This record gives sequence, C-alpha cells and structure tokens, in this order.
Amino acid sequence: MAVKLPIGPIHPMLKEPMNFTFYVEGEVVVDAEPNIGFVHRGIEKLAEKKTWFQNLYLCEKVCGICSSAHQGCYAQGAEKIFEKEPPEKALYIRTLMWELERLHSHLLWLGVIMHEIGFDTMFMYTWKDRERVLDLAELISGRRVGYSINTIGGVRRDISHEAIKMAMDVANYITERAKFYERVVLTERTILDRTQGIGYLSKTDAIRLNTVGPTARASGVRRDVRQDIPYGVYEESPFSIVVDTGCDVLARIIVRIREMIISAEIIKWILFTMPKTGSIQVKLSPFTKPPENEAISRVEAPRGELFYYLKSNGSQYPERVKIRTPTFANIVSVIHMVKGHYIADIPPIVAGIDPCLSCMDRVIIVDVNKEEKKVLSHQELRRYSIKWYKKNRAWVREERR
Amino acid sequence: MPWGILSKEAIKSFVKKPVTISYPINETSVPDGYRGLLSFDITKCIGCGLCSQVCPTGTIRMIPDERTKTKRRPLFELAKCVFCGSCVEVCPRKAISLTKNYHTAVIRKDEITI
Repeated sequence: MAVKLPIGPIHPMLKEPMNFTFYVEGEVVVDAEPNIGFVHRGIEKLAEKKTWFQNLYLCEKVCGICSSAHQGCYAQGAEKIFEKEPPEKALYIRTLMWELERLHSHLLWLGVIMHEIGFDTMFMYTWKDRERVLDLAELISGRRVGYSINTIGGVRRDISHEAIKMAMDVANYITERAKFYERVVLTERTILDRTQGIGYLSKTDAIRLNTVGPTARASGVRRDVRQDIPYGVYEESPFSIVVDTGCDVLARIIVRIREMIISAEIIKWILFTMPKTGSIQVKLSPFTKPPENEAISRVEAPRGELFYYLKSNGSQYPERVKIRTPTFANIVSVIHMVKGHYIADIPPIVAGIDPCLSCMDRVIIVDVNKEEKKVLSHQELRRYSIKWYKKNRAWVREERR
Repeated sequence: MPWGILSKEAIKSFVKKPVTISYPINETSVPDGYRGLLSFDITKCIGCGLCSQVCPTGTIRMIPDERTKTKRRPLFELAKCVFCGSCVEVCPRKAISLTKNYHTAVIRKDEITI
C-alpha cells in the first residue's frame, strides 16, 4: 500500500515553487507526480503591455540566477525582429557575461547540493569562491546580480582594463578551485555515499524525457545549444562539451565542476581575442517601432536550454513573448530519478537537476491507513535525511554493493 | 589521508581573516560605475518627461513644478526602482545620475523618494 507524500509548493528562498506528490512504500519511493504553476507571475502577459526596450528589464527578472541569459536571449531575439546586427565587441562582452553567470550559478549549485547532503563545509568554500565572480560581475556591469548589460543592438557598457585584469585572475582562480573540488568530490567518502548511484537516469530516458543542460549531459547525451546552434561568439571559441556517462547525482556534480573549468577557459579566450576598440552598440531610440516580424532565440543558460519566441505587430509593444525555461524541461525527469530510492534521497535528487528548490519547502506526510497528517518543512526533511543516513549507513552501504 | 582532503583547506581558512563583513558596522566598498540610488539635479532638468516614458517599472512620474521650463518635474519613487539606468541614458541634460549609495532599506517609502 503506497502512502502519499506531498512536497511543496511554496518556499520564499526560491524562484519557482512547485509541488510533488511522492508515493512511498515504507522508505522507498515508488512513484512521483510533479505539479507546477504556483508562482505564475503573468510575466508573458505583462510583456505585452511594455515596450520592446522596457521588456529587457522585465525578462531579466524571470530568474535571479540566470538573469543575463534571459536578457541576452530576449535581446538576441529582438535583434532579429529589429533586423539589426550587434557589433562584434558587443557579442564578446555578452558571451563573457553568460560565462561568468554559468560560473557563479554552478558554484552556487555546488554549495546547495553539498548543503542538501549535509556537507556544509564545502558549501562555505564554494560560496566564498562565488563572491570573487560576483565582485567581477559588479565591476563590469554595476550590479552583483541583474546585470542589465544587454540591450537591443549590443551591450550597454564597455569593459575596462581593470576588469580585464581581474577577469583573468578570477578565471585562473576558478580553474584551480574547480580542480580541487573535483578531487574532493571523487575522494571524499561522505559525498560518494550520498550521491553515487542515486537518481539514476539512463541515456534513453534522458533523450525520451527531453532533458536539457547538465542533467542531460550527465546521462551521456551530447546536447548543448552552444555547439548545436552556435550564437554569440561560441562558433569561433574552441571549447568542448562535458559529457559524463555516470547518469547519477555524482555525474551531475562532476559535469558541472568540469563545465566551470571550460567556462574559465572560454573567459580567458574571450579576453585574449576580444577587439580592443570598436563600438559596443547599434544606437536605437527606446521608442523605435520594429517591422512586423517574428523570431525565436535559444541560449544555453546555466541550467540548460532557454527558449524565447517573440512576435511583433509593428507597434512599440510586442504581440507575444513566450518563454520556456530549462527547469520546466527537466522537472519531469525527477519522476524517473526518484523511483526506487529512499525518502532521504529526495533532496539530493531534486537538487540534482538544479531546479528552483522551493518545492522542498513543506512536506506533508499523510498516512492513508491511519489518516494521520504530519507537516515537515524543508529544513526538517533535510535534517531527517541526514539523521536517517547516519543511522542506516552501514546496511545501505552493504545493500548497494 | 585520515583527516580527509579538506583538512589542509580548513587549516588555511582557520588562520585567514573571515570573508564575511559585519554590515552595518563595517561597510563594503563598491566599484566605480556601481548602479545605486539615483540622484536628481532639478536645476538641469527641462521637464521633457522622457525618463518617465522609458522607465520599465513606473518609478518615475511627472508632477507640476514651477522651477523647470515646462512647469513639471519627474518624481522618483525609488522603492519601485530596479536600477537599470535607462533614465540616466535617455536624459538629454544629464540631470539624473547613478550614485554609489546602496542603502536602500528604509522604514518609510518617502525616505527614498526624490
């Protein structure tokens, strides 16, 4: 007899609350049901009421972590609508911000997953390193998050010599740290025990369920918008896709850590090859009316493929703005990942796809037979999972062998 | 290694200064070009109203004022501001500028209305 275990939907810490119903038999999860739509903010409708240029700052607010990816993706699509090509230097600066964002997003996620499995020491270290990246972003754009650097027809700010020097230091520092983290993750027993073999998603399932980003790449699927449909300056940049065939949470950690090294390499390449002079923007009045047109735009955000569809009817306001975020594509794969695992494994599995973790906030355990209700917060579930593993570590380890 | 791979890192961190700063006792420094609270110079303003038209959040609205040419001035309710700097870019007389002030937490909204 499976017991229903609803998790979610609201947690103020996160940006995309969702709700899961897990069906459990004893400690083992047998099925899951995701339920989304708890934080419907009406951004797509609101975008129809604002001008093309005002929407730049609205799209940025869709996500706090990948704000530059959203704004850049929108700007890229709007440039197709306005039929304007951004200057070369603008593309370099835009790509630099995208890669910086990937660095800080992956460092943040690495801290979060370590926190979920109860390894807070590493959480402190990764977030300490993330500050270096955020300081650099602040120097380039003027804000730590929400860079507002993209505009239709280029970027709004040029990069200073001081920033170039600092970016080089940060890229070297992150490369060194990422290599250290990789060594830690692959040798530390605490991490291996909680992540190896957890949240298995086979390559066939990953393709069938349309997973995107690091979740797909950790299951051995070579899927990366940066290489499939190159945009920005990725066509010229020499970089390789990181693929791991581990298919578990550990593989997702490894893919993201190695991606940080690749990102640092791309940043260094950008700093070396970026044109020293030249314009950064095609000047457009904020009240320009575009021709009647439609466009799609795709960007590899830190979490995976981000998609924008834009339609213009020739007025100052867009007729339609459609956004598809990577978490939306990945959330279904959680159903397959959790099957056969313990309740204590739910936090690392759900955190493993790098979602908006809000879903994990409140857990109601309903025992159908006794009609008992028990409400657990995200913190309590985390504490419960750490305690459960401490108690049952020995036999779990035996069983996995 | 019996103490785990992180022990070296832990010892290093132990002798170093803490990374965190105790705000508001100690204040952090922000770089040049930081997008903080806006400052507005009414003597340069001509009351054209472009800033209120480009603002994405409706922070800026025009109110009557005798001091400008068109007898109106922008009122900035900075509690709504997202610090994008669109108004700074569009202002023809450079009457609006971004400051390094990041103290946006106030008790009453009119404390950051200029």
